[in-house]
Amino acid sequence: MRYMPHTAEERAEMLKKIGVSSVDELFVDIPEEARLNDLLDLPTHAPEMVVEKKMQAYGLKNLSPAEVPSFLGAGAYRHHVPTVVDHLVQRSEFLTAYTPYQPEISQGTLQALFEFQTQVAMITGMDVANASMYDGATACAEAVLMSCRATRRKKAILSGNLHPHYREVTETTVQYTEFKVNSKSPVVEGPEDFSEELDQEIACVVVQNPDFFGRLQDLAELAEKCHEVGALLVVVVTEVVSLGAIKSPGEMGADIVVGEGQSIGVPLSYGGPYVGLFATKQKYVRQMPGRLCGETVDQEGKRGYVLTLSTREQHIRREKATSNICTNAGLCSLAFSIHMSLLGETGFKKLAMLNHGEAVAASEKIDAIEGVRVVNETFFNEFTVELPVKAEQAVERLAERNILGGIPVSRLLPEHAEFDNLLLVTVTETNTEEEVDQLVDALKEIANA
Amino acid sequence: MLNNVGRPTRPDAANHDDLLMEETFTGNKALNLETPLIFEQGVKGRIGVDMAEPRAIKNRLGGLEKSEDIGLPDLSEPQVLRHYVRLSRQNYSIDAGFYPLGSCTMKHNPRINEKSARMKGLGDIHPLQPVSTVQGALELIDDLAHWLKTITGMPAVAMSPAAGAHGELCGVMAIKAAHDAKGENRSIILVPESAHGTNPATAALCGYKVQSVPARKDGRMDIEAFEAALSPEVAGVMLTNPNTCGLFENEIKKIAELIHRVGGYFYCDGANLNAILGRTRPGDLGVDAMHINLHKTFSTPHGGGGPGSGPVVLSEALAPFAPVPYVVKSDEGYSLQENVTGSAGKSFGRMKTFHGQMGMFIRAMAYMLSHGSDGLRQIAEDAVLNANYVRVGLNDLLHSPFDGICMHEALFDDSTLKNTGVTTLDIAKAMIDEGYHPMTMYFPLVVHGAMLIEPTESETKETLDLFIGSMRHLIEKAQKGNDPDFFTQAPKYSPRRRLDETAAARKPVLRWSKENAA
Repeated sequence: MRYMPHTAEERAEMLKKIGVSSVDELFVDIPEEARLNDLLDLPTHAPEMVVEKKMQAYGLKNLSPAEVPSFLGAGAYRHHVPTVVDHLVQRSEFLTAYTPYQPEISQGTLQALFEFQTQVAMITGMDVANASMYDGATACAEAVLMSCRATRRKKAILSGNLHPHYREVTETTVQYTEFKVNSKSPVVEGPEDFSEELDQEIACVVVQNPDFFGRLQDLAELAEKCHEVGALLVVVVTEVVSLGAIKSPGEMGADIVVGEGQSIGVPLSYGGPYVGLFATKQKYVRQMPGRLCGETVDQEGKRGYVLTLSTREQHIRREKATSNICTNAGLCSLAFSIHMSLLGETGFKKLAMLNHGEAVAASEKIDAIEGVRVVNETFFNEFTVELPVKAEQAVERLAERNILGGIPVSRLLPEHAEFDNLLLVTVTETNTEEEVDQLVDALKEIANA
Repeated sequence: MLNNVGRPTRPDAANHDDLLMEETFTGNKALNLETPLIFEQGVKGRIGVDMAEPRAIKNRLGGLEKSEDIGLPDLSEPQVLRHYVRLSRQNYSIDAGFYPLGSCTMKHNPRINEKSARMKGLGDIHPLQPVSTVQGALELIDDLAHWLKTITGMPAVAMSPAAGAHGELCGVMAIKAAHDAKGENRSIILVPESAHGTNPATAALCGYKVQSVPARKDGRMDIEAFEAALSPEVAGVMLTNPNTCGLFENEIKKIAELIHRVGGYFYCDGANLNAILGRTRPGDLGVDAMHINLHKTFSTPHGGGGPGSGPVVLSEALAPFAPVPYVVKSDEGYSLQENVTGSAGKSFGRMKTFHGQMGMFIRAMAYMLSHGSDGLRQIAEDAVLNANYVRVGLNDLLHSPFDGICMHEALFDDSTLKNTGVTTLDIAKAMIDEGYHPMTMYFPLVVHGAMLIEPTESETKETLDLFIGSMRHLIEKAQKGNDPDFFTQAPKYSPRRRLDETAAARKPVLRWSKENAA
């Protein structure tokens, strides 16, 4: 087999050196009745050529959003990833290294992490960021746990307009701890009011901006109200490109910012692996989950980087750790960082305004369709459309015409029948004007059928 | 004072005269190229991505338009490329050399896996496309699930956990949910002393008290102590098998029987599955839940710390509590159960956005198809063969705390370094100068100055012979004791010398900023 080098002669020679007569003798500790003598009931090994064909066959059964008009978002966004990004993350030295526990020979990964932490802190308007979480939703759950630790309180409020998967992951993660979450109902139009729930027992309020329906809100007032009762404001960002166009959560008074970094540098890949962002204020550093990379010097006084503050982490603190996380999103955080470096301040802001402009133009065309209404007053690159028919059926009919026209709200909020006609539509820099027109034409037919 | 503007700081000549290498004007040394932080490069107005001009529109940002500077540097594409190429060259990697990091399974990462993950219809599909447009993706997930269930002999698998520790959380939550469903409120999880730190951290996150079980003299869990700890309060046990000492828990069936007798469940940490592929199945050993690190056993690269993927196989007893989503196969094709309401069982919830680490599923699928049933069994056999070859190559010089055959990794303690002034850490750092990534050190905690060596099945006999020779050279040199500086000053040839970790933790600098750059 191409991946394993030993010949039969070498194996025999090595067994002899070990002092056993057969490989079976190396497995004698396995209880006899549980030993497998035959091969597993699976196909035997295959040449690369055969594997490649089989893998392509899986792909050919899927409709690629790169090949058809596609307007999908709801927490995962299609953006152009510069070729350089994928080239660099495939360099052996990044791809096939382990966690940088030996800093002398891991400065590449470590310096990149330090730069990633800085970029995340900058765009969120926070003091510090960690070296990544699994994804936005798990980062959100960790933010709730951290808020409870930091405030020594036990209750969290989740906005009803938090992405339903983020809400579910947070509820699931917290369910067996001493902490409780109170999830509010979604509000499609008008402001969401927290005044009834917010009191001195609340550890944090979690809100998403832009929210699940794409709406933007100024969080400064909510931040103030949270701080008045000693609660933290956790802001969730699922479309990180928006941070190039709008005020950062930090500027609006957030205490913790978590998000999904997929939009920058990471392919859609049917939902994972992505990269969870986690940023907060300096004073909460020692409460943070996950790995942190810090600056130091080596024996010769040269600047260098190490993983630090590991006394928070599971391999040192065990059951008293701030989180059980070990492996994180390493290579995806590198992809994020490379893409962000290519964009820079100028490019990041330009990309954001490009997205917003295309979305505004498309929303006007869609809103002009008879029987169809754009619900949002404000949005970045994703907005909610009200159809005269069930959105799920509309999406199926669009797919029949090879248009991935949006995501029915009912797919994520099936228990809310009042949202059955709502469709989430995302427009990014990857969408052409012709594609938008195709969507508009198809929606016209479906709406007026 | 650190030089933050491009050129690396000059070594402190006064203190380290004898250690200095020749200085150059740039700080570079031929192929050894430095690069400043990205924030110390660039000129405002450069750009590394060309794109269309934004439309002139009346914005819909609701008065939240950004006015502040973010502080990101502007660079051209070649500048960015060069920066990261230079950074990459400061990393050790499995592609470049031997990486015997115990418990981490640093094996060959086939490139067909990478190619597959980027194929049309796989790397570019959206998680919320209509299910009718992603039948191939669901088929792949279902096929991978079939392989994982067959390999482990378990009836069900939860695919969504994002990594090993996340898989542990999934398994322990399933255990908690199963007890809850029976109306039982148990409070204790038993964890052996030698366990990975994630085990107790996970149990604590599920509200359990962690009770430690000591190891026996032969490196296995102490069965008498385990039995004594069992009570109706015990929800389950978390045991790594093969364990972190590289040994198979030969009384595993008894352990399973004992925990089941008190109504508890058996969680197996599957970090070391590589050693038993095709030789035994956890399902035949009485396991109720086990995570599988696709990034270890099935080589979906480690990527400098992730991403991973940690599907969890489950017994009949725990399967009804598995998290959403999961793939359902019927005559009409594949569909997804994405919501707890409407799921057939008593799902404990959702662990992650969307459907799990698809990019890792694709790589693992390509890896399994490449190996097949015969190749998978060969993996275990060669991994164990290689570890034992290293063990016998060193055990006259280094002391094995536990006698006899090991599984996929060889464990030594530091007793033969006693009175030499050289520590396990020093040996590890000297290995760096010899061109190796060090073994795992000081883990498991039950062994003094532990050195845990996992060669994996990927390595040739020549590589192992040279490694054994290098280790013997270093140990003998340490025992002679005539050149202590050789060890305490190692590594000498790496891009950085030993770094001051104490200073890093005392006054943490976790980001670049304009203020501290001055």
